[in-house]
Amino acid sequence: MAEHIPVDKTFKLFIGGTFPRSESGRTFQIHSADGDLLANAAKASRKDLREAVKAARGAQADWAGRTAYNRGQVLYRVAEVMESRRAEFISVLTDMGQTAHSVRAEVDRSIDRWVWYAGWADKLHHVLGTVNPVAGPYFNFTFPEPTGVVVVAAPDDPPLLGLLSRIAPVIISGNTAVVTTGGPSALAAVTLAEVLATSDVPGGVVNVLTGDKAELLPWALGHMDVNSVDLTGEPNGLDDEAVATAADNVKRIVRSDPVGASPYMIGDFLEMKTVWHPIGR
Amino acid sequence: MTPTDNPLESFDIDYAPALESTAVIDIADSYGHFINGVFVEPSSGVTFPTVNPATETHLADIADGSPEDVDRAVTAARTAFEGPWGQMTGSERGRYLFRIARQLQERSREFAVLETMDGGKPIKESRDLDLPLSAAWFFYYAGWTDKLEYAFPNRTVAPHGVVGQIVPWNFPLMMAAWKLAPALAAGNTVVLKPAETTPLTALLLADVLCDVDLPPGVVNIVTGAGGTGAAIVDHPGIDKLAFTGSTEVGKTIQRVASTRRIPLTLELGGKAAHIVFEDSAFDQAVEGVVTGIYSNQGHVCCAGSRLLVEESIAEHFVERVRRRISTLRLGNPLDKNTDVGAINSADQLQRITDMVATGVAEGADLYQPECELPDKGFWFPPTVFTGVQQSHTVAREEIFGPVLTVQTFRTAEEAVEKANNTPYGLSAGIWTEKGSKILWMAEKLRAGVVWANTYNRFDPASPFGGYKESGFGREGGLHGLAPYLREQTSDAGGSA
Repeated sequence: MAEHIPVDKTFKLFIGGTFPRSESGRTFQIHSADGDLLANAAKASRKDLREAVKAARGAQADWAGRTAYNRGQVLYRVAEVMESRRAEFISVLTDMGQTAHSVRAEVDRSIDRWVWYAGWADKLHHVLGTVNPVAGPYFNFTFPEPTGVVVVAAPDDPPLLGLLSRIAPVIISGNTAVVTTGGPSALAAVTLAEVLATSDVPGGVVNVLTGDKAELLPWALGHMDVNSVDLTGEPNGLDDEAVATAADNVKRIVRSDPVGASPYMIGDFLEMKTVWHPIGR
Repeated sequence: MTPTDNPLESFDIDYAPALESTAVIDIADSYGHFINGVFVEPSSGVTFPTVNPATETHLADIADGSPEDVDRAVTAARTAFEGPWGQMTGSERGRYLFRIARQLQERSREFAVLETMDGGKPIKESRDLDLPLSAAWFFYYAGWTDKLEYAFPNRTVAPHGVVGQIVPWNFPLMMAAWKLAPALAAGNTVVLKPAETTPLTALLLADVLCDVDLPPGVVNIVTGAGGTGAAIVDHPGIDKLAFTGSTEVGKTIQRVASTRRIPLTLELGGKAAHIVFEDSAFDQAVEGVVTGIYSNQGHVCCAGSRLLVEESIAEHFVERVRRRISTLRLGNPLDKNTDVGAINSADQLQRITDMVATGVAEGADLYQPECELPDKGFWFPPTVFTGVQQSHTVAREEIFGPVLTVQTFRTAEEAVEKANNTPYGLSAGIWTEKGSKILWMAEKLRAGVVWANTYNRFDPASPFGGYKESGFGREGGLHGLAPYLREQTSDAGGSA
């Protein structure tokens, strides 16, 4: 019997829980550090972005409407699947030229990071919400709610830890995400998408667009059904004019630490709602 | 009891005027900018008048701030930040804020009268709402100054530096207090611009700042209109911006701030839904809806301008609203009986007039009670539009005047859908006696402040601010402190 010939993977987009190619038919090549061709990855277009925003909007109410306990479990389940596919993540990062030691460290930290955020689902309200002692006979409290649809510019480096560190604080509270990734880090993003697709994350909660971030983000910044854009992984060549269009619907623009982790980073994608009710008989 | 037996129908509700004395105040002929602890002449020499909108009488000439004036103010603020204010301990800063709070309480009558003369709001509102809340805001944030390390667990915080703050004309002193108190408590210094039609109480506040020995340059007040605001927004020495005003101007400011990559908080317009269910406490709901839109002449960003009333009670409810507004007393804002004062400016009166004309032209049904308007000054009667479609301009755009639109709904789901069908998201009101329905609604409404069985309540301990195009960031409470602090270290996530 002949030796098994490997089945190469096609790297596609991840929109609404499915894996389409770019409607534009465009691809871009990703090579390993050694120069071998790793993938003809899909190069997302403006229309793909619009489809992804539509999928994210469609999924948002249900995701936010779940209990915090449930969202925490869904994220924890993602970590379980990541752990089971550890070898694949290591392979992807190794192909990109990292040393074996740093690859293992990044995969470990990434899974730990995700579990850490999963636990915040039903605790962030304690830390970020308040009961307010107003000077009158009113019960008054403030609690966080997700802002809605968030477009994330994933950091290029570190490819996996940066990606997970930016997605987790967006979706844990009930936002849905459209993640744009460029260059070699697209491999990590598509691999993560396959994890998400085979865990319990509802379709549309995380959408992954590979391609040219600098091409996609101006459309995201001007999109009137996007609530927030995370520019932490902002690419070179994104001009100020594009960022200024975010004001057209008063988007929340976030620039943060690509590898940090904090409940305040969850807070960057939250709205605070204050409710008053009289106290009386 | 038949309607004709209603004692309200025959009861004479005319009150003898009870005018607040203006003897307590002393308005100068002209005012310069307050920079580095003293009043200075505007570099351009240009001034503009501020008038009493209830009488159209000229009150004072006000300095028109140029970019040079703003630059002087920013320089003074920077020097104070790097000098005495930046070197103080939190508890020392707190002493000054407590003093300001006390001075505002002690001089509240004077401030209230001046606010009413400069802005046209009823004296009972400036006396009972604007002034007590302004003092309370300073008192509340004074207490935070030496407790910042407890405010945000596991976060090391520091002030931004020089903060630029631009405030509107609807609650002139109170908006200044909402902005100044948390900024100063956090350790920043400030360049503040009051609105061009209502600068006088901010300028009187400068007096208080001198009296409490606040170090020069900690608060600088530059007067002027949009051009002066733009000079603040554009100034490279400003480390953080805070703006309260229209959504249109807010977007312009966001464009500049995003280019400059400086932190920004925006408290913008609103088009709040005021939702009344058939199982509400009827009389209380009528009163809540009426004060929710007609107080301060509707010049309130969180005004309950869209009444959504359950279809089963709509006719009766609207009739009661009409009857109630026919008893509102419109007139001299200095009269302690006045419910509805003067429109803030001729420009604003024109905008309201145009919007109401648009409402009529688009087919909504206009109701205004018989209401005698004074000969001089800027006035607009309380107005209700029924037969309003969601597509009508008056149901979609902020009017910022005493104009209520009425729509109906059949189910709670429909009420939520209509309430959220707006780019704004500042506030909302709910009236029902069913607790579970209140909480269900409160969760679903996309608005930063939800008043249930009450409306238009404010408190320094209570965060206020919007969703969507009503802005971002909060004022009041712990959440109102956060925008005035930056994080000194990153990666605060501990073991992760």
